[in-house]
Amino acid sequence: MSDDLEVQLAPADATAGLTVESFSPGRLAFKRYLNHKGAVVGAVVLAVMVIFVVLAPFTTRYGVNEAVFKAENGARNDFLSPRSIAWFGTDDIGRDVYSRLIFGLRISLVIGLAAAVFSTLVGVTVGAIAGMKGGLFDDILMRITDVFLAFPFLVALLVTRSLLVGVSWLEPFVGKPSSIQFVIVLFVIFGWMGVARLMRGQVLALKEREFVEAARALGATNFRIVRKHLLPNSIGPILVALTSSVAGAIVGESTLSFFGYGPQPGAGQTSLGLLVAASKQAVLPGFWWLVVFPCGLLVLVTLCVNFIGDGLRDATDPKLDTGGN
Amino acid sequence: MLRFIARRLLWAIPTVFLVTLLVYVAIRLGTNPLASYLRINQRASPKKIQQYIDTNGLYDGFNGYVKGYFKWLGGFLTGEWPRSIKGSREVWPDFKASMMNTLRLSGIATVLGVSIGLSIGVFVALKPGSFRDSSVNTAAFIGLSIPPFVSAILLQMLFAVYWNRWFGSSLFPTSGVYPPGHRGFDLVLMLKHLTLPVVVVAIQIIAVYARYMRASLLEVLNSDYMRTARSKGISERRVLVRHALRNALIPVVTVAAIDIGAILGGLIITENVFAYPGLGKFFLDAYGNGDFPQLMPWMFFFTILVIMFNLLADVSYAWLDPRIRLE
Repeated sequence: MSDDLEVQLAPADATAGLTVESFSPGRLAFKRYLNHKGAVVGAVVLAVMVIFVVLAPFTTRYGVNEAVFKAENGARNDFLSPRSIAWFGTDDIGRDVYSRLIFGLRISLVIGLAAAVFSTLVGVTVGAIAGMKGGLFDDILMRITDVFLAFPFLVALLVTRSLLVGVSWLEPFVGKPSSIQFVIVLFVIFGWMGVARLMRGQVLALKEREFVEAARALGATNFRIVRKHLLPNSIGPILVALTSSVAGAIVGESTLSFFGYGPQPGAGQTSLGLLVAASKQAVLPGFWWLVVFPCGLLVLVTLCVNFIGDGLRDATDPKLDTGGN
Repeated sequence: MLRFIARRLLWAIPTVFLVTLLVYVAIRLGTNPLASYLRINQRASPKKIQQYIDTNGLYDGFNGYVKGYFKWLGGFLTGEWPRSIKGSREVWPDFKASMMNTLRLSGIATVLGVSIGLSIGVFVALKPGSFRDSSVNTAAFIGLSIPPFVSAILLQMLFAVYWNRWFGSSLFPTSGVYPPGHRGFDLVLMLKHLTLPVVVVAIQIIAVYARYMRASLLEVLNSDYMRTARSKGISERRVLVRHALRNALIPVVTVAAIDIGAILGGLIITENVFAYPGLGKFFLDAYGNGDFPQLMPWMFFFTILVIMFNLLADVSYAWLDPRIRLE
C-alpha cells in the first residue's frame, strides 16, 4: 500500500523538482478495499443478486405460488429434481424453487437492510449520548447491554419475542407476530446494543482528543461535536457494524423461521428463512435440491455481506497504510 | 488479587437478582403461564387451576409480581420446584438428564474445537501472508458464515441419507443419544450418535479460535519484548513458548469466557436439529409449550452461568495481566 503514498523524487535534472501523488481519504479507502479480494468478489456477487431481486419480474420464471405445470392425467409436478422446466427443481406442491428463491431473497434482504439501518441509527444515538453524558445513564446502559449480549442469541431473541407478543398494547407499534414489521422491530430491539457499545467506546476514545477540545473552545455544542467531529471519525467501525448486522438479521430471520417462530409474509410471498425451514422435511426423503439451493443461497448471502464488512474494516483502518504490503 | 475477586463476586450477587427479576417479568408477561396451562390442560378443574397458581406464585398486579418472584425464588433455592404443566412431570430429573447430555456434547466439542482452533491459529500466525495463512483465514471466515442449522442439515443429508443410498448403510445416525428402544450404556453407539452434533458445534469453535489466536499471536510477535527476548540469545522455541504464546493467550482466554453465550446458542440449535435430548431441546420444548415451571429454572441456571463466566473472564484477565488489578 505504501507505494501509493510514496513521494516520488524526480530526477535531479528535471525542472519539476518534486511531484507528490496525493489521494483523498475516500480514494485511499477505496483502494484499500480493492486490495481485499474476498470483499471485491463479495460485492460483485451481492450486486448480481440484488439485480436479480430488483428485476424479479424478468428474472423469475414462475410466480411465487405458481406450479410449473398443472398436475393432471397422472403427471406429477411435485418434488421434481432439477430439469429444464425447473432449474432448481420443484417443491412439495410443484412450485419452482429457483423463482421462489428470488422472491424469498427479496424479503430477506429487506428485513436485513431495514433491521440493520434502524438498529444502527438507534445504537449510534444511544451510544453517543452515553459516551458524552457518562454517569448513571451510561452505567445502567452498559450493564444491561453486557448481560443481554452475553445470553445465547436464540434464547434472548425468543424471550424478547414472546414479550412483544404477550404485551397486547404493544401491537400497534410492533405489528402482528407473523408480519415482517415485527421481525424488523425485534431485530432492532436486539441489535442496537452492540452498536451502542461500539459508538460509546468511540466517543470515549475521541472526546478527549485535541480537535474535539478545539471545537469546544470555539463554542460548539455537544450535538455539533458529535455530528461534525465524532461521527465522521468513527464512520469506519459503524459501517462495519452495519454490515455485520445485515448478515445477523438475515441469519436471524432464517433461524427464527427454522424453529417455526419466523415471519409469515402472507400469500404470494416467501422468505429465505421459510425456504430454508422447508428443507428440514426434505432431508430424510432425500430431495437434495430443496436443501442445497436454499441453504447454499443463505450461506452465499451471509458470506458476501461478511466479506464486504471485512473489506470495509480494512478500508477504513488507516493503520494498514503504514505497514503490510 | 483476593480483594479483586471478592469485589467482583459482591457485584455479581445484585446482578443475578436484577437479571433474574427481569427474566421473571419477561417470561410471565411473554408466555402467560396461566393461559398456557389452560391450553395444555383443557379439562383442569378450578381447584387444580387454583393449586397451580398458588404453587407457582402467579399473582397479579405489581405487588403480585414481586411476591411471586420471591415465592418462586424461595421454592427454587429450597429445591421445591413446581411440576411441569405438560404431564405434570418433576422438573429436576429431566433437567439433570438434559444437562448431562449437553455437558457431554459441549465438553467434547469444546475440547476438540479449542485445541484444534488454537493450534491452527498458531500454525498460520508463524507465516503471516503466506498461502496457508490466507487459505486458512478464508476457510475460518466461511466456517463462521455458515449457520449451525445449515451445516447440521447438510451433514445429516450427506452422512445419513445419501451415504445410505450410495453405500447401503448410513455412516452416522441423525438423531438422539441412542437408537429408539436401546437400554443401558454403549460407548461406541453413543459416540457414533455424538459425532455429527460435535462436528457442527466444533466447526464454529474452531473458526472463532483460529482467528482470535492468529490475530493475538501476530500482535505479540511484532512487539518489542520479543526482540529483547531473542537478543538475549534464547532459543527460538523457548521464545515462542515462554514469551509469545503466554502473552497471546491473554486476550483469547477473556474472549473465550465471554463467548460462552455464542457457543451455547449454537448448541441449542444443533441439539434441536439432531433431536439430541439436551438443555437446548429442553428450552425450546418448554418455550413452545409455554411451560413456566420448566422455563424458569432453565433461565435462572443460564443467567447464573453467563454472569459466572463473565466474572471468570474478568478474574482470569486480572490474573494473567497484573496491570488490570491496579485500576
